[in-house]
Amino acid sequence: MTGRRIGLVAWHVFKESVRDRVLYGIAGFAVVLVGVSVAIGQITAGQDVKIIKDFGLATIELAGALIAIFIGIGLVAREIERKSIFGLLAKPLPRWEFVAGKYLGLVLTVVVNVWAMGAALFGVLAVLNWISPDNIRLSWEAPALDPHLLLVLVMISVELSLLTAVALFCSTFSSSALVSVVLTVGIFVAGLISTDLRHFTDLVVVSPVVGYIVSAVGWVLPAFSEFDIKSQVVHGVDVPGGFVLFTLAYGLLYAAALVSGAVLIFSRREFK
Amino acid sequence: MATVVSTDRLTKDFKTGVWRPRIHRGLDGLTLDIPSGGVFGLLGPNGAGKSTTLKLLLRLLTPTSGQASIFGLAPGDVRAHQRLGFLPENPAFYDYLSAEELLAYFAGLCGATAADAKSRAAAMLDQVGIGADRRRPLRQYSKGMIQRVGIAQALVNDPELVILDEPMSGLDPVGRREVRELIMKLRDQGRTVLFSSHILSDAELLCTRVGILAKGKLVASGALTELTASGRRGNEVVASNVTDGLAASMAPRVSRTTRIGDGRFAFDLKTEEAVEPFIAALAAAGASLVSVQPLRTSLEDVFMESVK
Repeated sequence: MTGRRIGLVAWHVFKESVRDRVLYGIAGFAVVLVGVSVAIGQITAGQDVKIIKDFGLATIELAGALIAIFIGIGLVAREIERKSIFGLLAKPLPRWEFVAGKYLGLVLTVVVNVWAMGAALFGVLAVLNWISPDNIRLSWEAPALDPHLLLVLVMISVELSLLTAVALFCSTFSSSALVSVVLTVGIFVAGLISTDLRHFTDLVVVSPVVGYIVSAVGWVLPAFSEFDIKSQVVHGVDVPGGFVLFTLAYGLLYAAALVSGAVLIFSRREFK
Repeated sequence: MATVVSTDRLTKDFKTGVWRPRIHRGLDGLTLDIPSGGVFGLLGPNGAGKSTTLKLLLRLLTPTSGQASIFGLAPGDVRAHQRLGFLPENPAFYDYLSAEELLAYFAGLCGATAADAKSRAAAMLDQVGIGADRRRPLRQYSKGMIQRVGIAQALVNDPELVILDEPMSGLDPVGRREVRELIMKLRDQGRTVLFSSHILSDAELLCTRVGILAKGKLVASGALTELTASGRRGNEVVASNVTDGLAASMAPRVSRTTRIGDGRFAFDLKTEEAVEPFIAALAAAGASLVSVQPLRTSLEDVFMESVK
């Protein structure tokens, strides 16, 4: 019964997200960016595949991040703001199931979007591969339809699942959607430079105390930068399997910890 | 008769203010037992603690002290929630869903299979009179229609206990009458209905028992018949051709004198005052009798007396 209830909540989150105008706005934005990448590719001789891959993957990551943040924050905050939570929590639905269902529903939304955009990117690359003569194809650092691109999509999916967990966590304790957005964006941006923060004293001359604090923050924050293997894959550089597995496990465990925290906070929350 | 809802010195404090927080006591030591069957009205003016009580029963709020139980289980226990339905005050649902989708979703959460959930949703929406609109998105519904959807979702799991927070709120007279009839139907089906309201006429028509809250405290509680049957409180005599002097001379025998019009007065006789000698005295002074009717304590009298 527990699994069924979580599945129902998740399915309704997916349904809500699919019917949300924000999603279409973000999808439209992604289409424009991919279109721009194709146009730029046309005017840069021999670099077109690399540019389309670079631009396409970055767009997929950015659009996914926007979905995770803006729809993710609204999921719980909007339930509380519009008071639909009263009717829902009066049903035989434990709060942890509510939070887990919300999380899984949004992860489903984000992952479906990532892979749909990924499929579109593969479509563009397939056309390019088809129309390019052999001598051009041989000059590419990596084939247009490089299966390693799938690995990048897996890494982006897990990265965004972690970002979704951050958004959910922030929205469970803050009563303002704006505060939740600011917090989530802040953590995401800081997480993207977490490697630099961890080695802050190697980069900047500061007092040991400041260096220690910044480094500690770098270790505590979710290391979103670790998921970025776009550039290696685009340039045909091998990514070690152990690193990929370790990073995926790290992302999933960190997300599980954040969702557990969100459950803990939400279970104690009062609704006036 | 089994007790469905029970509270024991249930108290809830709220903190107000950020810089210098102050404590506001929303509910103060509520001790109450609601037996199975019948309609219990939780009455009181705005801010009396009615919604706070209901939210504590559903574990939407946690008590500062005291205890509550539903079907002998702690608030928030899924087994209790399986057996109850709740209509929040000014309910709000999901704009992107249709009424049918919402009810099927909620029925699914209550354990119904997909096919069963859909048929239950349709039956409930028919029962509240919006079956024809069940596939329209909820964002197109009027306030009254949303209230009906709220009632339908509260009944979708066939609950033994139905908790309704201000169920008449936002409804036009026709809608209010329909909700009253629905509550009576639920009562006749043997369910327990607990509803909060500050509309006394509805409560008087529907309730078998009431509890009256004022400033967070329970100031009166019991069967409606018991509360109002301290019962007859004298008679009202209306007479015409009454001079001001005659009205003044009757003052020791009445609890209240009301001038209705020119020479026309209504006298509320004291409980111990017999009607016949009073009428005879009026007639002897040249007044004409218009009507005599017994005065009974209404719920409004009990309410006004309690919340004073």
